[in-house]
Amino acid sequence: MKKDVVVTSPTVITSPVLEMVVPEDAILVVKHLKQYFPITTGFMKTTQLKAVDDISLFIRKGETLGLVGESGCGKTTVGRSILNLYKPTAGQIFFEGKEIKDKASIQEFRKKAQMVFQDPYSSLDPRMTVADIIGEPLDVHNLYKDKAERKEKIQKLIELVGLSSEHATRYAHEFSGGQRQRIGIARALAVNPQFIVCDEPVSALDVSIQAQIVNTFEDLQKKLGLTYLFIAHDILVVKHISNRIAVMYLGKIVEVAPSDELYDHALHPYTLSLLSAVPIPDPDKMHTRKRIILQGDVPSPLNVPSGCPFRTRCPNATPKCAAEQPQLKEVRPGHFVSCLYVD
Amino acid sequence: MSKIVKIHDNGLFPTRDNVLYAKDLQPGHFFRKNGEVYEVFGKVDCEIGPEICKFSVSDTKTKVESFMSFAATEVVDFVHLLEVNNLQTTFVVGKEKVKAIDGVTFNLEKGKTIGIVGESGSGKSVTAYSIMQILASNGNIVGGSVKFQGQEMVGADEKFIRTIRGARISIIFQDPMTSLNPVYTIGNQLLEAVKLHTDLDRAEGLEKCIEMLRLVGVNSPEKRMKQYPFEFSGGMLQRVMIAMALICEPDILIADEPTTALDVTIQAQILELMRELQKRMGMAIIIITHDLGVVADMCDEIAVMYGGKLVEKGTAKEIFYKPKHEYTKGLLNSIPKQGTRERLKTIAGSPVDLLNLPKGCRFSPRCASCMKICLEEYPAEMRMSETHSASCWLNVKAAFEKEKEGDGQ
Amino acid sequence: MSEPKFKKNPFSLQLDVSKFELATEEEKSQQERMRPSVSFWKDGLRRFRKNKIAMACAIIIVFIALVVIIVPIFYPYSYSQQLGVRPFMPVDDSFNNLAPFTYSTTEQTLRDAGQFVWPHIFGTDDLGRDYFIRILVGTRISLLVGFFASVIVLIIGVIYGSISGYFGGKVDLAMMRVVDIIYALPDMIIIILLSVILRQTLGNLIAGTVLEEIGTGMISIFIVFGLLYWVGMARLIRGEILTIKQQDYVLAARASGAGGKHIIIKHLVPNSVSVIIISACLQIPSAIFTESYLSFLGLGVSIPMPSLGSLASDALGSVFSYPHRLIIPALVICLIVLSFNLFGDGLRDSFDPKLKR
Repeated sequence: MKKDVVVTSPTVITSPVLEMVVPEDAILVVKHLKQYFPITTGFMKTTQLKAVDDISLFIRKGETLGLVGESGCGKTTVGRSILNLYKPTAGQIFFEGKEIKDKASIQEFRKKAQMVFQDPYSSLDPRMTVADIIGEPLDVHNLYKDKAERKEKIQKLIELVGLSSEHATRYAHEFSGGQRQRIGIARALAVNPQFIVCDEPVSALDVSIQAQIVNTFEDLQKKLGLTYLFIAHDILVVKHISNRIAVMYLGKIVEVAPSDELYDHALHPYTLSLLSAVPIPDPDKMHTRKRIILQGDVPSPLNVPSGCPFRTRCPNATPKCAAEQPQLKEVRPGHFVSCLYVD
Repeated sequence: MSKIVKIHDNGLFPTRDNVLYAKDLQPGHFFRKNGEVYEVFGKVDCEIGPEICKFSVSDTKTKVESFMSFAATEVVDFVHLLEVNNLQTTFVVGKEKVKAIDGVTFNLEKGKTIGIVGESGSGKSVTAYSIMQILASNGNIVGGSVKFQGQEMVGADEKFIRTIRGARISIIFQDPMTSLNPVYTIGNQLLEAVKLHTDLDRAEGLEKCIEMLRLVGVNSPEKRMKQYPFEFSGGMLQRVMIAMALICEPDILIADEPTTALDVTIQAQILELMRELQKRMGMAIIIITHDLGVVADMCDEIAVMYGGKLVEKGTAKEIFYKPKHEYTKGLLNSIPKQGTRERLKTIAGSPVDLLNLPKGCRFSPRCASCMKICLEEYPAEMRMSETHSASCWLNVKAAFEKEKEGDGQ
Repeated sequence: MSEPKFKKNPFSLQLDVSKFELATEEEKSQQERMRPSVSFWKDGLRRFRKNKIAMACAIIIVFIALVVIIVPIFYPYSYSQQLGVRPFMPVDDSFNNLAPFTYSTTEQTLRDAGQFVWPHIFGTDDLGRDYFIRILVGTRISLLVGFFASVIVLIIGVIYGSISGYFGGKVDLAMMRVVDIIYALPDMIIIILLSVILRQTLGNLIAGTVLEEIGTGMISIFIVFGLLYWVGMARLIRGEILTIKQQDYVLAARASGAGGKHIIIKHLVPNSVSVIIISACLQIPSAIFTESYLSFLGLGVSIPMPSLGSLASDALGSVFSYPHRLIIPALVICLIVLSFNLFGDGLRDSFDPKLKR
């Protein structure tokens, strides 16, 4: 990562403590994104559910940023807020240098950024044929001159994701989970996007099919020069496909580092326990591995602990952790950690 | 006469041939004598000499404890804790009959853990439900046998099954949110299990429930007993499920994808809990999952299923380091490995459709090394070692070639 | 299970060594075949055909509809024709109150002379009108009322429910409160009030037009349906729209840049169509039944137009002497309502995507 970059907005993300210098080739920059949802917790009382609480990140062109965390950490919300499927409560999104904020820029953005969804069963309209599902983005943005061109484009997309042309007239329910996910990918590629948010695209699939879809994602990235935000909870898969990984906990990013660096030299206590909890298919390694078993459950996002959100389960927590909120600090080149005791 | 087969290297259990010398009996073994099945509790010093072995045993039906002596070299009729032999189950779907499992065979001993691994459609959950006989109304066991401590369960009287189900063999399910009744308190549901299977009165039962909750790590159990399932998180509910399953101290715990619906850190907690409870209570565990990492962690033996058939079986080390079936190899290759970024070697194709089974080996359409015979005939099962067996024509081919080599010399 | 160890050559004559070559791709792909494509409608139709009760009800409904449309055209008697009353002749009472398949004195003399007289299948009523044709026409009226009332309910309910469901939030809140208020209104009282008021006000307006034949009572029924009975349908559609809105494919459409109109037309409507059709079908028997009891109470059709309910009402007075005059319309009402209900249930079982296997 280049450190000596020209410091002009919007390339520097500043906060009282955080100084993250954004490289020149960053295609997506997110600054201080907040997404709160009002939830009725009593009669006439609403609390803010802080799904995403002040997140800043950047993704370079052609790279894959992995986003991991457990349920309730807000990673899916991050993906949807970036794509403006939820209107962000606060914060700015920059794509290719331009801020996405009004209707026109959002509509333009929709042609450049797409999403692949988690559930292959509910992400495809059961009343539409495969050709119509894939062709819908083409219809919305009027990306063809006549029916023949539309058909041709759809055929190309179908073949690109590994399905065969005879599948075009069939309905979604006739396909297996892996094939449906391919249809979803083809739909995302219809507008020729540059950036794709992959929201847990393989979590609902069998292991052997997961590998196929992961390979498909990688092939498409090489072929089309795509940039991915890969959201998942399976850290082995994320590590395989991502260049850098960000770890989230209760709406905040607690650590960001290149994949190998994170896996081998994680520094945040949560990342360490997450990595030690992941089961590895290797009996010898599993028996000799040091386990860090966290006590207790994840707190509810309605009731985020003061100071560091992880302090209720952290083995190294001190009273200072409750008083002061840690910020992301760069402790090694490219490696950011949010903890008061990591330097 | 059958060869006397050596005891397996890990020192505890004999092979499937059920032949065991009296001097090698250990606590936790079961054997049959004079028509009754006994469990060995311990070895007792014998006054007569080393040629006679004396054990303290207990009759599994009457629970009466006694002492028994054998000649050291006497062959004992060994009985497995759970013996599943050629189990077959079909489901009626509309007008068609689907054979969900076709010939599943494995054994389970006390204190051991076996993992049944497979993907959707492999029949792993059906196997568990068939053992417990809790299949849906359109499911039927159409062949094979399930013997618990020597007693046959397939076709047995429903009354007998009910004494075993819940009390001797318990099961926990995948999604704790839907496995518990939302309109009853946790305490109510725990007490129900106690009432059904023990003779404790209400006060004693309550105490046992609280003790059980404490054992599984639920804080302030007295307060929690009065709460409803929606007030618990996923991990807590799974602990409650485990408590309910273990309240009668069963001999076998079947866990059907116990951690699939949970986060990774909670999963680690639950698996750790199960390991501790197993050590403490000495029960056997059958874990059903698709996660190879979980079985690497927990299991002594692993059975791999595909398309309703058990395709490979062996110890954890054998399965992970020396897999002998193409599907197992494919599964292991599908998991991203540390250290390399190279493309994952995947298994082509989609999971098998049980309504449209191939004629020969069920995995053949997806197998990269598929041979002509694989498409025509189901492979014969071959044993690679006393614990390791697989059904793949490639192994037969390799053995044949080895024979040819040996003959040629 | 096979033998554990291979001590001797296991390859007896059964195993052909040449089979141990690698299989080709075509051989492998022969195993894999996709089942023929079925669209949602074809699949539903297939399942519907298997449901014998629903099929039987469908046939009954079609049969009844055909009978009440075709037969009155050819029938020798008309529903309002008092057979005993002929121009310029004294009233012949022998035509009144005939039992089924009996003849009046006049007809009897004709028969004795060798002429064929079409029998009175259900006899005649106390004014000498053939009862069979009155039943047929009454059924026709009931079916028409049921159908049109359902259409009114359908249109208003679907539009209201989809707007409420699509917009959600405060709009939805306000619209549903209106629905709650309407639910709370007592329908009987409103119908009675309306029919009394309309009889006086509309009566002058429609005199001489075709609407006069239908009667103010009938019109007031339609108005009441339009005002009150659409709420159930609105709630149903709103719920359906809300569920569909949560699906990922709607979110995917939004991520593709689709606007509200596109989503409604392409996603929300097609996915709720089956629910709409099914509830419309189940609405019909309810409308017929409502019309029947309103006519029974005298608030429906005006004489001489018959309706199943009014026929039953007229027959009450002479129920002990001529019980068939009450039993027949009651049975017909039961048959129609039951058939439509079972038909609608069968439709729902076959087409409701939530119940898919």
